[in-house]
Amino acid sequence: MNQTRRGFMGKAFGAVAGVGAVGALYAMKRSWDPLPSVKAAGFTTIDLSSCTANKLIVEKWRGKPIFVLRKTAEMVAAQNEAQTARDIVIGDDHYLVAIGLCTHLGCIPAYREDKTDFKCACHGGEFDSSGIETLAPPPSPLVIPPFKINGATLVLGEEGPEYSKMKEAGIVA
Amino acid sequence: MKEFLILAVVVFFSLLTYWLVEPFAHSQMHAHVESEHFAYADLPALEKTGDATRGADTFMAGGCIGCHNVKALGMETGMSAKDSAAAYGVNPPDLSNAGAIYDAKFLAALIKNPAHATVVEHKFNDMRPHPMPGFYGAGGDDIDQEIADIVAYLQSIAVKPEEVTPKMAFEDACGRCHAMRYTKWTQLGEMPNFKHKKDELRFQADVLDYQDSIKAYLGKLPPDLSMYIRSRNEHFLSTFIENPQSQLHGTAMPRVGVTAEGAEKVIKYLEFAGDPKAEMRNEVGKNVMIFMIFFVLFAYLWKRQVWKDLH
Amino acid sequence: MAHFEKANSLNEWMDQRLGVNTLQRVLAKEYWIPKDINFLWAMGMVLAITFGILLISGIFLLMYYQPNVDLAFDSVNYTIMQEVGFGWMWRHVHAVAASVVFLIIYIHMFTGIYYGSYKKGRELIWISGMLLFVAFSAEAFSGYMLPWGQMSYWAGMVITNLFSAGSLELNGVVEWIRGDYVPAQAFLDRFFMLHVLLIPVAIMALIGLHFGALRLPHVNNQNGEEIDFEVEAEKYKSGNKAASKVIAFANDFMSKDMFVVAIYLVFFFYLVFWNFDFAMDPVNFDPANGLVTPAHIYPEWYFLWSYEILRPFDKDIGLIAFAFAQVIFVLLPFLDRSPNTVPANRRGLFKFWFWAMLLDMIVLTAMGKLPPQGIFSTIGYVAALVFIGLWIILPFITKLEKKL
Repeated sequence: MNQTRRGFMGKAFGAVAGVGAVGALYAMKRSWDPLPSVKAAGFTTIDLSSCTANKLIVEKWRGKPIFVLRKTAEMVAAQNEAQTARDIVIGDDHYLVAIGLCTHLGCIPAYREDKTDFKCACHGGEFDSSGIETLAPPPSPLVIPPFKINGATLVLGEEGPEYSKMKEAGIVA
Repeated sequence: MKEFLILAVVVFFSLLTYWLVEPFAHSQMHAHVESEHFAYADLPALEKTGDATRGADTFMAGGCIGCHNVKALGMETGMSAKDSAAAYGVNPPDLSNAGAIYDAKFLAALIKNPAHATVVEHKFNDMRPHPMPGFYGAGGDDIDQEIADIVAYLQSIAVKPEEVTPKMAFEDACGRCHAMRYTKWTQLGEMPNFKHKKDELRFQADVLDYQDSIKAYLGKLPPDLSMYIRSRNEHFLSTFIENPQSQLHGTAMPRVGVTAEGAEKVIKYLEFAGDPKAEMRNEVGKNVMIFMIFFVLFAYLWKRQVWKDLH
Repeated sequence: MAHFEKANSLNEWMDQRLGVNTLQRVLAKEYWIPKDINFLWAMGMVLAITFGILLISGIFLLMYYQPNVDLAFDSVNYTIMQEVGFGWMWRHVHAVAASVVFLIIYIHMFTGIYYGSYKKGRELIWISGMLLFVAFSAEAFSGYMLPWGQMSYWAGMVITNLFSAGSLELNGVVEWIRGDYVPAQAFLDRFFMLHVLLIPVAIMALIGLHFGALRLPHVNNQNGEEIDFEVEAEKYKSGNKAASKVIAFANDFMSKDMFVVAIYLVFFFYLVFWNFDFAMDPVNFDPANGLVTPAHIYPEWYFLWSYEILRPFDKDIGLIAFAFAQVIFVLLPFLDRSPNTVPANRRGLFKFWFWAMLLDMIVLTAMGKLPPQGIFSTIGYVAALVFIGLWIILPFITKLEKKL
């Protein structure tokens, strides 16, 4: 009786200690989370009205490069439906807004104005002017960051209705 | 002897792996550019012999000092480097020692057609002319003779080529676009030791303004060169200085036209900034190796003694 | 309180309190090692010495290093490399040792595979050794972040991206590991902590386990002979050292080890002073810049083979193949079904398996660095398939082996 009781109390003590350990683990996990100040810095505003057509502008959002490209009328006219679906349209202007990191291994592709496409120097991947991959190895199109349209400006990091629509259609990534 | 065979196998596979991932892989990754020994063979040879005295007059008549300082002779434009950069894109070089640092043939070609001599014709055209206008003669009947005279004049006012220090070569040829923080060099000259924080901030603000001008002029801020001796090898630097287009096609960096000795001095200065311990490394290495001979010898003698009665 | 006699010497005084004589007997004087060994048996000591070199050089680098994204690069390349007396030497020693340690680990590993030193009671030596390999890999990777050069930054970006687990898109996990959306201050700080504290502590604990796992099964010999250590030890102790098949760890084995270490150090210091680019990639002397990718991104040479297994496949299959490559070596003692603990050249098909595996890993290593284009990516793809295939057939070909 005494013996089993001692054995039981030993296990009970172990269980209590275990609860403490789990609590400490939670605190440790939280300590590795991004800080509130880091998260708060995760919103960027971009003024689209100052863009020149077929000139790539590179902005920065969450430390990542953001491609902003205003398309010329010819470019828009030559596009197919899938390409146009990825455009952000404000008035008559079509824009590509995407994270400028190759979806293969995260290099930054360069924009070629003469060919109106992107070429990644790391492993040779190519994307068209809507960010859709046209030459492997990238497995998917350039990612469209969450955005919200505010007149002629764009807030990155916030999800507006246009973004939600794209997300539902499954074309943001 | 079996042990030596095993050692040979281990060494063979180690060296094979090394060769594959280092010399071979790098030969596949980087195009090899042959040096042209700073001959500037694409530029026409100097046919006329210049006369420095005549060149002095042509130099004044040609209007060079409208934009260029020649501080060694007390000629100054009166514009600060910052304002000059705002006006022209980059601060035009002081010509005091140009004759000693740059190749004569290159100088002549540059005076005639700057964009061509510096191989940046892809950047400049009639719509966007090069900030330095080509020399179209100062009234004489032979423009090539006039140019030869100016070059002779520049050579006559400069220090002797052997008196050019690595520091002078770097500051003259590279320092108006490139900073080098490990030697405290900014595009506006050496960063002084300021007594007051306000003065320091003012200086830094001027540097930032200057950098904005060259950013607009060249498309991006040219990199700080502090560690370039380690991040690029000597051969790369030398051929790059000779002709930037050969390594980085389409770059906005102009060919600067230094002589072979000038390039050597620039590289020497880069080593001073980024790898000043290279010589010491060599010296210490030799001493360590001498010590290692004794270390191996004594290790062997100890082993032999211990193993004497084990065999 | 225990009864203590008055000690007559310092040795006796220490022995009463710490049992130093017992320790010396168990760990050195009567720790029996087979006599029939070659210089490859000294790689353990070479590794221990190299780890010591890393620890000491690391301490001096730690004194001036600044784990701050704005200061890290200059604290390494200016303060340590130029200002600190002999700082450049510590850095070169640290970087070269960090790279060479993997060469020795691979030699040590393939020695174990060749001589079957992971079988019959030696499984735990092999497993703790592979855990050490993982810990050293983590240590090397975290250390590579610290100079905060272009390769640090982009290697950090690419490798932490792997944790999004391909199509599962676990970006939250990646951000959690980084402490930010991209490698930044939080990232550098935590990898600094891992590099100088947590992983070294783990490595030291694992080294203890590795040594401990070795004591009872004893070291293997180069002919797969089963030695009765007690009988042979008696012969040795009775003075018949020449006839005994065993030697004592100290000073017999030690003296040979130190001779091998001495030769190794000549090679090591040659690399430190004159041939260090392989360990200090030139690209990493450009400061980190999140907006410019280097033209070629490749890991250090010792990660190339597993990187190449990741690369030629689709995103998800590549990740699975990569995960397979990371764990499969640990399972070697259980995948080798042969009853024989003898050198590979006496083991039928396994002989070919060994050399095929060695060559395949060298090919993978080479292709991992070369640009993945044309013939190189085809060779890499085939070599990755061969790697996986070799592991799949291992249980079957070893099962076929006859008992010797």
